[in-house]
Amino acid sequence: MKVKVLCRNPDDYVRETTRDIQRVPRNYDPTLHPFEVPREYTRAMNATKLERVFAKPFVAALDGHRDAVNCMAKHPTSLSTLLSGSCDGEVKVWNLPTKKCVRTLQAHEGFVRGMCARFCGTSFFTVGDDKTIKQWKMEAPGYGEEEEPLNMILGKTVYTGIDHHQKEGVFATCGQQVDIWDEQRSSPIRSFTWGVDSVSCVRFNPVETELLASCASDRSIILYDMREATPLQKVIMNMRSNTLCWNPMEAYIFTCANEDYHLYTYDMRQLSMPIVMHSDHVSAVLDVDYSPTGKEFVSASFDKTIRIFPEKKSHSRSVYHTKRMQHVICVKWSLDNKYIMTGSDEMNIRLWKANASEKLGLLTTREKQAQNYSQKLKQKFQHHPQIRRITRHRHLPREIYSQRKELHVMKEARRRKPEVQLMCSERSGTALSPSKKKLSNVPSLLVSFFLKCKVLLAHHRS
Amino acid sequence: MMTSAVGVVFVGREEKKKKKTTSKMADAMGSKPAETHVGKEKRKSATKRYWQNTELNDPVKTEDRNHEKDSENHETSENKTERKKKRKHGPQGKKFISGKKDPFPGPAPVPEEKIRKFQRGQTSIVANDMFSDGSEILKSTLKDAEETSKLATEKAARFDLLLSEDAGFLEADEGEETCTIAQDDIADAVDITSGTKYFNLSLTQFGPYRLDYTRNGRHLLLGGRRGHVSCFDWHSKQLMCEINVMETVNDVKWLHSEAMFAVAQKKWLYIYDNTGIELHCIRRFNDVLRMQFLPYHFLLATASATGFLQYLDVSVGKQVAATCTKAGRLDVMAQNPYNAIIHLGHPTGVVTLWSPNQREPLVKMLCHRGGVRSIAVDKTGTYMVTSGLDRKLKVFDIRAFRPLQSYFLPAGASCLSLSQRGLLSACTGDIVQVYKDVWGTPVKKPYMAHRVRGAVWGAQFCPFEDVLGIGHGEGFTSMIVPGAGEPNFDGLDSNPYRSVKQRQEWEVKALLEKIQPELISLDPDQLCKVDRATWEQRHQERVKQLGYDPLAKEKFTPRHKGKGRSSSGNIEKRKRQVAHEDQRELIRQTVEEKLAKEKEIKEKEKKKAQQGQRSALDRFKK
Repeated sequence: MKVKVLCRNPDDYVRETTRDIQRVPRNYDPTLHPFEVPREYTRAMNATKLERVFAKPFVAALDGHRDAVNCMAKHPTSLSTLLSGSCDGEVKVWNLPTKKCVRTLQAHEGFVRGMCARFCGTSFFTVGDDKTIKQWKMEAPGYGEEEEPLNMILGKTVYTGIDHHQKEGVFATCGQQVDIWDEQRSSPIRSFTWGVDSVSCVRFNPVETELLASCASDRSIILYDMREATPLQKVIMNMRSNTLCWNPMEAYIFTCANEDYHLYTYDMRQLSMPIVMHSDHVSAVLDVDYSPTGKEFVSASFDKTIRIFPEKKSHSRSVYHTKRMQHVICVKWSLDNKYIMTGSDEMNIRLWKANASEKLGLLTTREKQAQNYSQKLKQKFQHHPQIRRITRHRHLPREIYSQRKELHVMKEARRRKPEVQLMCSERSGTALSPSKKKLSNVPSLLVSFFLKCKVLLAHHRS
Repeated sequence: MMTSAVGVVFVGREEKKKKKTTSKMADAMGSKPAETHVGKEKRKSATKRYWQNTELNDPVKTEDRNHEKDSENHETSENKTERKKKRKHGPQGKKFISGKKDPFPGPAPVPEEKIRKFQRGQTSIVANDMFSDGSEILKSTLKDAEETSKLATEKAARFDLLLSEDAGFLEADEGEETCTIAQDDIADAVDITSGTKYFNLSLTQFGPYRLDYTRNGRHLLLGGRRGHVSCFDWHSKQLMCEINVMETVNDVKWLHSEAMFAVAQKKWLYIYDNTGIELHCIRRFNDVLRMQFLPYHFLLATASATGFLQYLDVSVGKQVAATCTKAGRLDVMAQNPYNAIIHLGHPTGVVTLWSPNQREPLVKMLCHRGGVRSIAVDKTGTYMVTSGLDRKLKVFDIRAFRPLQSYFLPAGASCLSLSQRGLLSACTGDIVQVYKDVWGTPVKKPYMAHRVRGAVWGAQFCPFEDVLGIGHGEGFTSMIVPGAGEPNFDGLDSNPYRSVKQRQEWEVKALLEKIQPELISLDPDQLCKVDRATWEQRHQERVKQLGYDPLAKEKFTPRHKGKGRSSSGNIEKRKRQVAHEDQRELIRQTVEEKLAKEKEIKEKEKKKAQQGQRSALDRFKK
């Protein structure tokens, strides 16, 4: 007789001393782990619920301005610095970790209309209602020194926006026309006009650095090449765009914040149709900024909320609001992809987490692993109705909630109208053809003009 | 003549040298292993490695060997250069310089059947034309997912090698049967710790005993018919509590851990903790005869004498479902560990399958001519073994609801139990028989047999141990059944050696991932499958709402071509070409269907013809 009976030595399974960690032998045999799918589903459900429980995006409020915050600028090299300009012409420099204002300067008389930091981070530019462009040192003046701009240019008209070139000492302002300035010279090296009375925003392309885009008050978006004498292209929309922002990763894509409550993402190479129409806001969208990864962007709206949109999705993934936050005028996404800064009408700058439920600070390896695991599970079961409902649920203030409902009703009515008309007409038997339907899906807001057909890419290669 | 003589001489020399090398090897291995490692010793031949036998065919290798042989008299130029290289590169460079190749390049292959063990579901093949409508992202996502799962499967299969324990076995000598080997002999033959696993508890007073092991097989709960309830750690034989409930005890069951157990008493269901303190008396559950605990759902399923199947959620203490089975007294019950379906056996010979979400049975199976005496389901949820009053033992494929084997036992069987590795215990009177692999080839003889002192009342294999616990009229017997238990447990799932802290941690985790009772269904993997029915329904609704099918194939409109190629005749021609293609596709499909049908009919006819040849006397054949 040959016999062997299972006999385990407890020493192999129990830790030697109490200071040791517990031994956990594993056996991945699927038959020892029944109900894999329902258990994973339950875990995914728990992770989704916990994500909502821990969704506390508000980090801090920076309080100190004496008028509404009109514009903000990120420091290109220091994550902890933020610049803000208010409607009374004051510019403040903030230290974000300490939440304190480190420097205040009276930059302009009247509004500070726009500001931007130089790419090296040593100085910054402001434009204001007093028709001046001022360049300031980033460092505070030493003891006994007076706060004075490095450089000042007095223009003929009011400037409404400014942006700096990514690599060279060149900046662009907008107002009645778009001007390109050399830092060393007091007159613009180039001016662009295209039958417009005023331009509200101008932005340099972060990759094709000679390229600019601007939003004009005649409801158009215009593209320029700095090296050329005339603008490149123009698309006219149904309503005015307030600002636009280039995608920092796929720099042929830009998103503009429109007065008609929507945001439109365009491909620069094909302006006839926007790629996506982002709609969730219930009032005019005032500002937009991309995350440094280019996967998402944040928009600030007159409806007192900010929303975060995935780049390719037409609806927002998150909405932030507080009781005290009024119309949000400007918004910035921090360069470490973790925070969002908003400046609003009631003189406050607010700091939000970009990912509402993210844990701040250092994570241990196990925490990270657990997070990755739950992230993957959430992704795996994202289409299950229960889980989708929980992930999508957001609390909204009552006005916004009811306005959204109202807008939805209006949209539905617009959608149904041709069907109803068809039903009531004589041709009630014939169905709508799909091709016709497709055309009606095109946002009728847009009429595009291609006054100048140029192959942009040919330029960019040079 | 001459050549042959030379040959002989040569062989002789070779043999000598071989001896020399082997003796040197023995020296190196045995007396001074450190020397060979350092490599200072002047060696004429490399020590023989374990792979050398396998590498006989390698040309480089054989060449090397020849060099070694010749090296005593003269060294070839090649060898000299090699030595120079050796000096240059030091001991690390040896591998390459010797000219040897890695005999096992790349990762070791994993056997197919091991990989199959870890495969879940079917691999979806992403064909190139599958997403022709341009959903490249979906395609690549699917491909990535497939790759990842393949990698995971392979890794898990590779990891299988590291499992530390092997399963037990029992082999008889020639001319001997394993079923004749007595328990005492086995207990003597195995080591002392294993020998102590065969023991008898003589409990004659409180009459036949039901028993239950915890999920990790560490603790044992005994419930005597006349009220005696005791639980103990049966490895150390340490008693945790012993009480007499002064009432009839129908069944006992551990809840999720060894901290609590449920006792079905004469009237109500009671829950005690492991010190014997009564925690709850649940009056909603009356006349309970049998209980099953679903560990991942935290549900206690009870079958009562009044014909009610009730589910109690033990984590919140609420009744989840109560179903009147309308089948009278329910005293045969089993759970399917694969999908948490409860199997009930009825006196009519029917086995019904129940989930808490449906008031009707999911399945009704007529299994026996007489009443059903006992049911057992294996852990993979593939096989169900039933025994009935018709003295038959039947094996069913519970996925396809198909009978596989039917055995006739002269005395019938009760108290069926299946072990983790698929051994079946069947009890007839006071004899316990253990069968091996009842669903494979028809079994002639039991694997083991043992006679206990009284009539058997309950039997259960201990998880993760080679032990079968038997509760009978005269107490309890723990019987050694080599090869019954799963040798390697998973520490995060059920760990027999867990500490209190580990248990607490596990309890929290298990409660967090408690599966909701709504998810109990015949196929537990349904959640990760594509819900086609709902999609089709939604699609139909959409079509109704829109007034056209958005997914319908668009009507072909020929493109306008210049230079006179868009004459009306040409356009018509192109239209026809496309239409012709579509038609061909349609025809191809219909022809295929037709052929399949014809084939089916032919096969049927063939069968009929075979049956037609039977003679009238065939009816007397069995």
